[in-house]
Amino acid sequence: MRVLTVNDVRIDDTFAEAFDMRATAVVVTADSARWARQAALSMTGFATSVIGCGCEAGIDRELTAKQTPDGRPGMRVLLFAVSTTELQKQLLSRVAQCVLTSVGSACYAGLDGEETLKLGNGLRYFGDGWQISKRFGKKHFWRIPVMDGEFVCEATTGLRKKAVGGGNLLVIGRTAKAALAAAEAAAAAIAKVPDVIAPFPGGIVRSGSKVGSKYKGVQASTNDAYCPTLRGAVNSALDGEAGSVLEIVIDGLTSEAVAAAMRAGIAAIVKLGPKRGATRISAGNYGGKLGPHHYHLRHLAR
Amino acid sequence: MKPLVLTLRQRPKQRLDLSPLVPHLLAGKTASQIERIALQTTRQSVDVAEIFRVRMGDVERILIEGACERFDHVGQSMTGGEIRVDGDVGTQAGRLMAGGRLVIRGNAGPWAASGMRGGEFQILGGAGDHLGAPLAGEMTGMRGGVVVVRGPAGERAGDRMRRGTMIIEGKSGAYTGSRMIAGTLLVLDQAGPLPGFLMKRGTIVLAEGSGELSPTFLDCGQHQLLAMKLWSEFIRPYSKRAASLLKRSLRRLAGDMAVLGKGEIFIGKRN
Repeated sequence: MRVLTVNDVRIDDTFAEAFDMRATAVVVTADSARWARQAALSMTGFATSVIGCGCEAGIDRELTAKQTPDGRPGMRVLLFAVSTTELQKQLLSRVAQCVLTSVGSACYAGLDGEETLKLGNGLRYFGDGWQISKRFGKKHFWRIPVMDGEFVCEATTGLRKKAVGGGNLLVIGRTAKAALAAAEAAAAAIAKVPDVIAPFPGGIVRSGSKVGSKYKGVQASTNDAYCPTLRGAVNSALDGEAGSVLEIVIDGLTSEAVAAAMRAGIAAIVKLGPKRGATRISAGNYGGKLGPHHYHLRHLAR
Repeated sequence: MKPLVLTLRQRPKQRLDLSPLVPHLLAGKTASQIERIALQTTRQSVDVAEIFRVRMGDVERILIEGACERFDHVGQSMTGGEIRVDGDVGTQAGRLMAGGRLVIRGNAGPWAASGMRGGEFQILGGAGDHLGAPLAGEMTGMRGGVVVVRGPAGERAGDRMRRGTMIIEGKSGAYTGSRMIAGTLLVLDQAGPLPGFLMKRGTIVLAEGSGELSPTFLDCGQHQLLAMKLWSEFIRPYSKRAASLLKRSLRRLAGDMAVLGKGEIFIGKRN
């Protein structure tokens, strides 16, 4: 394997393999940024991986009062799923249980698109007949009476069929502390990139998986090639100095956004350097035959 | 390109039907073809050239200089472009209008904006009775677009309104928003007796309340709603006063309980 070294951080000559996903976005607002964040965090909780959560979701960015439709602080939330049906189901149940219920909240479309998903058009039934439809120009809203006043919700939001899920970076360090410092720097850089989310806790996953298992019916199991404690026992991808590996998984509305996020992540890791951070950066793929999107690290490291 | 200008030569001897003078019907016509368009409503024929001096220009923008209340159906069924009228117009101005912009710098007669579907219609003076209302036998009145009346409106403004926004900056007559099916109607001065009479759904906002309110509207208390803020942003380009009214706390009355009762009247007047 050819090795590229930038600032003494080795960058493997490999690529991240990503897949087409269905995505949507909503803007959640509230009377204060704190409550907008609370609603968005609840909505994006338990949404780390489509393997077990039905969708992958996260906060794309915080919006100031001037950037939201109702002039209140807000959060833009992205949701990704493997099918339109599942995305619709997850969107409605998450907004119904976590945003509708959150004090003073309102929910708007976060994405324009020819194709749409139901938002208020599905939630309006909570109004039990007292819901009110309002069209202001091209915008369509539902007003649903709730105990603190009214829940205002846009009727639909955009659907993006060509979204990308599964862009990733493997951050390899000598110690757990060093790998975490590098991964945190990368996650912070990626959080600033628009139209992407890193759905795992804090943007980082410590239990990267491979497809399949020795056990029947288990879809995914530990990525033993990158487990430092199995370095000598399995066909390991790790060398002698690797003590800890963390992965960053990136979902984006466009392939360009995923590439930009990976580029920002690599730059942050490289900037930190091998002494305090990672000694090596790699990426996960399935040989390139499964996913249509390939992100070569050597292109992104420059 | 300059607009097509029609300047009044003389007051017509009969009521005229101006519905052919809309951008999509004039598209591709020459000045002499336009001059030969018949406007009469009686057996005595009258063409455009007899009534107007035609100064050819872009038919997407039509300026009618000098109008009178005998001009009926101005801007009827227009789908796009712009018509500006200096002077008063007769009945059914902007009826079934679907798009574009219609501005009357004067008063409009009855049934202005009747059954309107889309676009923007401004009346700088007052409007007659039945603003946006359906004609006899029709099921629904206004069903889209925005109507702004800078002056007062007559009786039954917004009758059987289905969708769209109606802003009346002056007073409105009796039965404002009667039989509303849905839609949004706002009156910045006082409304006549019995607003929202038999309304099923929809929203009426009365800045100064009404002379007489039906007992079938039930007080739901004083509220400052987020939806009003969204509406305020939407109507700000049409009426700044209306936009600022909606940011206030308003008293909500639900009704008309004599029918479905899913409508609402908001009253801005502080008691």
